[in-house]
Amino acid sequence: MTVAQEQNTAGRVGKTVTERIERVAAAANRIRHHALNMGEVQGQGYVGQALGAADMLAAVYADQLRYRANDPEWEGRDRFLLSTGHYAIGHYAALAEAGIIPVEELESYGLDDSRLPMSGMSTYTPGMEISGGSLGHGLSIAVGIALGLRHRAPSGEGSSARVYNFLSDGELDEGSTWEAAMGAHHHQLGNLTAMVDINALQADGKTDTVLRTEPVTEKWEAFGWYTQRVDGNDVGALLAAFDNAAAQAAAVGRPSVILCDTKVGRGVPLLEEREKAHFMRIEEHEWQLCREQLTAGSNGRAGR
Amino acid sequence: MSTVTALKGAAPRLKTSAMIASFADPGQKTSSAPFGHALVKAAEADSRIVGLTADLGKYTDMHIFAKAFPERFFQMGMAEQLLFGAAAGLAETGLIPFASTYSVFAARRAYDFLCLDIAEPNLNVNIVGGLPGLTTGYGPSHQAAEDMAIFRGMPNLTIVDPCDSVDIEQAVPQLAASDGPTYLRLLRGNVPTVLDEYDYTFELGKAKVLRGGNDVVFVSSGLMTMRALQAAEALAEHKVDVAVVHAPTIKPFDAATVLAELDTDRLAVTLENHSVVGGLFETVASAVVTAGLGKRVVPVALPDEFLDAGALPTLHERYGLSVQRIVAKVLAELG
Repeated sequence: MTVAQEQNTAGRVGKTVTERIERVAAAANRIRHHALNMGEVQGQGYVGQALGAADMLAAVYADQLRYRANDPEWEGRDRFLLSTGHYAIGHYAALAEAGIIPVEELESYGLDDSRLPMSGMSTYTPGMEISGGSLGHGLSIAVGIALGLRHRAPSGEGSSARVYNFLSDGELDEGSTWEAAMGAHHHQLGNLTAMVDINALQADGKTDTVLRTEPVTEKWEAFGWYTQRVDGNDVGALLAAFDNAAAQAAAVGRPSVILCDTKVGRGVPLLEEREKAHFMRIEEHEWQLCREQLTAGSNGRAGR
Repeated sequence: MSTVTALKGAAPRLKTSAMIASFADPGQKTSSAPFGHALVKAAEADSRIVGLTADLGKYTDMHIFAKAFPERFFQMGMAEQLLFGAAAGLAETGLIPFASTYSVFAARRAYDFLCLDIAEPNLNVNIVGGLPGLTTGYGPSHQAAEDMAIFRGMPNLTIVDPCDSVDIEQAVPQLAASDGPTYLRLLRGNVPTVLDEYDYTFELGKAKVLRGGNDVVFVSSGLMTMRALQAAEALAEHKVDVAVVHAPTIKPFDAATVLAELDTDRLAVTLENHSVVGGLFETVASAVVTAGLGKRVVPVALPDEFLDAGALPTLHERYGLSVQRIVAKVLAELG
């Protein structure tokens, strides 16, 4: 099987759990390195979020998603919708990891005339399904896409594709997120999976000081969703949760949500321990140190 | 003397009546739910057309479509952000959504979703807004006096302000066929049929001269074109000869047709069911200034204020949209 054909199915197919975990962890490590390199171009940015969400993004792109790298608009693809536009840095790294954009292009992140703007937009980047950024939009659009794919499936023009929406715990502040949560349950969009990055951080500070969103699990359960909460930096736990969601996915059925507790700056102790900020400042001399810490950490885990 | 006693003998006060009062004159020819029927007809020809609403299907004539195509109708609940976000998602899968709610909720409540999810990616989503301008007596919560002012700043969005059932019937298939998003100022229920009396067809993006006249030129949109035509007839009795130009597409605006009519020494009057701020008057005014015509234009429009509750005929009279008030204004201008 060629690489191109293999990528028409999800990466998980035909692999043992150990193989899958290794593959996703390696992808996450590369995504983190890409994010650091891109962050250095700008001298700052949403590196902390990218590092925190790298395992979620890797689980999606290296294990779950069906796509064609050379044909990002392929009708049968699963859809991954990035609602948090500022996480684009991590998403671009994942798109490069998936072969949808060239790795070398990542250097153009946030530069004039780049296809990779600071906040993700569908009109700029191959593989970017929606323009996120105004928070609380992604899940509403995901509801429409899931409805549309299901509606068109019998005519052969739609598909049984899954729809994934990546959102953040900050977006749980937005009423529109809950409109969409009700809508997805009402319409029984069983192919829809929301992934919530719970890094407990918002623009103005810690989530529980900005607007208390907990108890998050109970909220989603009350809205009728198949709800799981996992350590979003534990690849094995993430894959198990995605497998559970996949097992109960159906054209008509409960939508599923995977609540992922993550750590901002994950994989780089220097940043994990730094005072948490939405827009993390990293000094010029620190980038190489970050890369070294990231490499040391991943080598250490591989040796265990 | 009590208040009640004082009111006795005065003319009976009109009632606000239902949410959506018909603005058809007594005995006027009307057509029932022209939008709903036109959408059904368009959907019969194009399987990509779907309908959705935010708990206002019955009040936007979307129920006609829902009954004809239950599998192609999506009830999104009283959740306007979801309505338009989901409409964007449906369009992303290749469908052509018509999404209905009241104009106030589309324009004020869900603007961000229309702007970023629909207009920025230039999706073929057709927004259908009920109760545009002053077409209900329920007060500012339901009166979208400034909907066009809000929407005109949104890139990619086509804005259509139909006069009557003829306009609506002919506009719907054109809105479905045109790329990119549109906003239709819906007239629902028993909608007057007016333009069948004229040599007229609706063409998206075009203004049309409905009648010529030597003394005054009216440029109008929406239901005010009906009033403009009635006022023109009434003014003929005062020996005033009035031309009427109907401009149902507010954006992109057919400046060429309108400016050709304004570039004369006739009195120029715009007439719209909308605030004097940001609607047809300012659209015409900016075209006139840009072209350097140096032409005075007199607006007939709603005032820049929150409007009263009450009966529609009372309010149209109060704010100058009635035929009687238009005639008086023109005669005063002509001195």
